[in-house]
Amino acid sequence: MDDKKVDIKDLLAFAYSFYKTVKEFKICLVYEGEVTHQIIKAFTSLTETNMDIDEESTSTQKKVFHVMVESLQNISKHANYLPTENQRKEGKGVFMLSKNDEAYCITSGNIVNNAKVQEIKSLLIKINNLDKDGLKSLYKQQIREGRITLKGGAGLGFIDIAKKTGNKLNFNFLSINDKYSFFVLNSKISRNLNTN
Amino acid sequence: MEIIKIIGTDDTPNVILDADNEIFEISGRSLPEDVAAFYEPILDWLDDYADEAKPKTVFDFKLVYFNTASSKLILDILLKLEEMYEAGKDVLVRWHFPDDDEDMEEAGEEYADIVEVPFEQVSYPLD
Repeated sequence: MDDKKVDIKDLLAFAYSFYKTVKEFKICLVYEGEVTHQIIKAFTSLTETNMDIDEESTSTQKKVFHVMVESLQNISKHANYLPTENQRKEGKGVFMLSKNDEAYCITSGNIVNNAKVQEIKSLLIKINNLDKDGLKSLYKQQIREGRITLKGGAGLGFIDIAKKTGNKLNFNFLSINDKYSFFVLNSKISRNLNTN
Repeated sequence: MEIIKIIGTDDTPNVILDADNEIFEISGRSLPEDVAAFYEPILDWLDDYADEAKPKTVFDFKLVYFNTASSKLILDILLKLEEMYEAGKDVLVRWHFPDDDEDMEEAGEEYADIVEVPFEQVSYPLD
C-alpha cells in the first residue's frame, strides 16, 4: 500500500460491503494480520464458547479446534513477507471461519515464496489422493522421520487436517508477482448432527 | 530424584514425574508456544531416570488435545520409554482417552504401532 489518501466515503462504503460479504458467506470470524500464540488462543477460545452455545457435538468441536490451531500455526510459522512490508516475528495472513447447516469451513491465506509453491502443491495433491489408511501411514512416516524445525513445526499440519476432517483440502495459489504467490487453503468439517 | 510437577494451563499439560511415588503422568491440553522448550526438561528427566528406573514404570498419558508439534515430542517421550524397555526394564504405557473421542483413541493406536513398548488403551467416560 502506498500513502495515497483513502477517500473517507469509500472507506464507509467498504465497511458496508464488507458487512454484506461477511453475512453472505456466513463468516463467524475473519482476521488479517500477524498470527501470534495469543491470537491463536483467543480465536480458539472464542470459537469454543460459540460452539458451546450452539450445542455443537463434542466431536465437531474438537475437530474445529484442531483444524483452527493447525491452520493458524501454518500462517504463523510459514508465511513469508513481501520485501516492502515490515517483517514481524510471526507470520501474517488471512483467517476465516464460516459455518452453514452442513459444515464449518476454515480458510487461511498467506504469502509464500514462489520457490516453495511446487513443494506445497505436490504435498497437498499427494494428501488428497490418499484414503484414510494412506493418510495414517503418511502420518506415521512423517512423525518418525520428521524433525521439529526451528519454528516449531513438525511437518504434520496438512496431513492432520485431512485426517481429522475426512475431507479433501481445497487450495489455490494466486500469483502476486514473479517472486511471490498468495496461498489459500480451505478445509471443511462436517457438522455431526448426532445429539450428545 | 527430583520431582517434576507442572500445573497445566489451557495450552500446556499437567505433568507429574515422581520416581519415589512412581507417578509418571502427562494430562490435559498440549499446544505450547514453544514445544521444544516445554518438553526439553521432561525428556532430560527421563534420560536421568532411565539409569535408575524402578522395577516397573507405568507411564500415563491422559491428554484431551495435542497439536501436531506436540505429537512429535510425545513420540520422543515414547521412544525414551521404548529404550528403557529394550534395556530390560519393565515399562507399560497407558493411553487414556475419553470414550467418545475416536481421534484420541486412534492417536494411541498409531503410537502403539510406531513404538515397541507394552501399550494399553484405557477409555474413560467424560462427565
